[in-house]
Amino acid sequence: MLQILTPDGELVGDPPMDLELTSRLFEAMIAARQYDRKATSIQKQGRLATYAPFEGQEAAQVGSAAALRPDDWMVPTYRDAAAMWMQGYPWTHLLLTRMGDERGGSPPDGVPVLPPSITVGAHMVHAVGLAWAERLQGSDRIAITYFGDGATSEGDFHEAMNFAGVFRTGVVFVCQNNHYAISLSRGRQTASETIAGKAEAYGVPGVLVDGNDLFAMYQATRDAVVRARDGSGATLIEALTYRLGPHTTSDDPTRYRDAAEVEAWRARDPLDRVRSYLVAAGAWDEDREAAVAAAAHDEIDRAVEEAEALAPLAPEEIFEAMYADMTPELVEQQRWLLESRGEYS
Amino acid sequence: MTLMNLAQAITDGLDVALAADSRVLVMGEDVGRTGGVFRLTNGLLETHGAERVVDMPVAESGIVGTAFGMAVAGLRPVVEIQFMGFSYPAYDQIVSHVGRIRNRSRHRFTAPMVIRMPYGGGIGAAEHHSESTEAIYAHTPGVKVVVPSTPYDAKGLLLSAIEDPDPVIFLEPIRLYRAVKEEVPAGRFIVPIGRARLERSGDDLTLIAYGSMVRETRHAADRLAGEGVSVEVIDLRSLVPLDVETLVGSVRKTGRAVVIHEGHRTAGFGAELAARIQEEALYSLLAPVQRVTGWDTIFPLKRTEEYYLPGVDRIVQAAHRTLEG
Repeated sequence: MLQILTPDGELVGDPPMDLELTSRLFEAMIAARQYDRKATSIQKQGRLATYAPFEGQEAAQVGSAAALRPDDWMVPTYRDAAAMWMQGYPWTHLLLTRMGDERGGSPPDGVPVLPPSITVGAHMVHAVGLAWAERLQGSDRIAITYFGDGATSEGDFHEAMNFAGVFRTGVVFVCQNNHYAISLSRGRQTASETIAGKAEAYGVPGVLVDGNDLFAMYQATRDAVVRARDGSGATLIEALTYRLGPHTTSDDPTRYRDAAEVEAWRARDPLDRVRSYLVAAGAWDEDREAAVAAAAHDEIDRAVEEAEALAPLAPEEIFEAMYADMTPELVEQQRWLLESRGEYS
Repeated sequence: MTLMNLAQAITDGLDVALAADSRVLVMGEDVGRTGGVFRLTNGLLETHGAERVVDMPVAESGIVGTAFGMAVAGLRPVVEIQFMGFSYPAYDQIVSHVGRIRNRSRHRFTAPMVIRMPYGGGIGAAEHHSESTEAIYAHTPGVKVVVPSTPYDAKGLLLSAIEDPDPVIFLEPIRLYRAVKEEVPAGRFIVPIGRARLERSGDDLTLIAYGSMVRETRHAADRLAGEGVSVEVIDLRSLVPLDVETLVGSVRKTGRAVVIHEGHRTAGFGAELAARIQEEALYSLLAPVQRVTGWDTIFPLKRTEEYYLPGVDRIVQAAHRTLEG
């Protein structure tokens, strides 16, 4: 397993970045955690629909996304807010997706991130198509896709890996093995020793990475991105990590795992080790962390305000994004809805 | 103009689209070296190269999902599924992603792509090779569904579908592939999606069909004409969007309607047609709308498929029932 920074913040390899970038990515991890906790908290107040927290997976997401170029495609899932934000997806839009507003799926122009996939598995194949199309159009943009350990049981995981192998498409597959697919543990998901090992069957390199190690995630992804961009093909990265929270705010993880297991993983918190490393290097202190956390807190509060200030789509608008032009049938249905609400004029 | 059958017209349409637009590519199982199981992509690999006519591994969900990614990234993929009965593994991609991306991103991302699939029976094919489950696709929001029955329409609708900004399911009636030839213009022309074709004008009765059933319907109309019945025949060509205006206009004129398809009866597309007719033309109706459809059985194998497929006799019988009403 690739590890560069131990849980105690000790280096066991060459750091793949300087202290300045490390500090910036640590700031991103702090912001991501602020967002995650804020989202969980406002969900409990009924201000979001269900929310899928990613606490514990910040290094896997921030470290991998940091290795991308801003124009690289990202095909994420509902638990990948930190990675999406790293690639330019605004907090406001992420919140809107969780508030139950389709406009959350419409990031600003130039943000090459698809709306988060809610179905498990089918989206991995999309990354193959995106990367392939870029190559055919003479571009060196690549595609990264995120998924969990559960998704590797889906047929589309096999189809995506197989196609990526056969056609050498520039895809980086990042499996965040957080040990649970809702309640099903990793051991019941596959008899394979590792998920990374599955890559061999597709003629694609697979790398097992300490997913709670920012440096290891950054380095493994950077190497995979180079391969993808230069035409050498895809890579499967298994980021060994842990979902410290529930599957979603509707889930009760005490039904399927022990508190002791969670505590053991909390001791491997991905933020702690970066902080220890930066403090030891004299590049970080409590004041800076407090300032960064406060700034992130304010930024996310503003995003919440912005998202909540946006009025829901008007009734007629639910018909307006089905096709480039509404079909006559939709025009008629739109009129019926407005009539039923007394809003048709 | 060249004399072509429906299969040749589709091949020609693909060739024209590939030549005209570098964003177009053809992908599917066996579409390259063998030219497709029905030979509809014959010669395209040689003309347009392996980057644009791509033999894919056997994985329908992966093929449609990959094409979806390509479409989002700016290409115009045309997928061939070998038979409609093999499209079901890809249905999750179609219903969960292809038909959805425009709405779930509020127009930010779109998937202009065509999914071609031969459908229907009548050639004594193996199990799963004769499906006619177009109602499933018509019931799927966000995709369009078109079904040509003539060589001219096949090429014109295909070129429309490839140029369409939204995903189009393009159904090809297997048994009409090589049934008849007609003059088809060379180069690009389009038949607009969403417009039915008036196959024949008449005053007493409207027969409504599409795809593989248009030929049977035409023959039924001939027989009815011999009995002195003036029959109007409408070839829908497009199920989504549906040309309600033509459909309803005709029934308002004739007062009688028979809808014909080879898909299963229950919740089949004919139910939608009958519902639309009674919603919009009830007071013109002189008799209940009749449905002539396949049965709610598994499509029978070769030796018994004739029991299943609607033919001239059943269409004429249904017409007689409306005329008695």
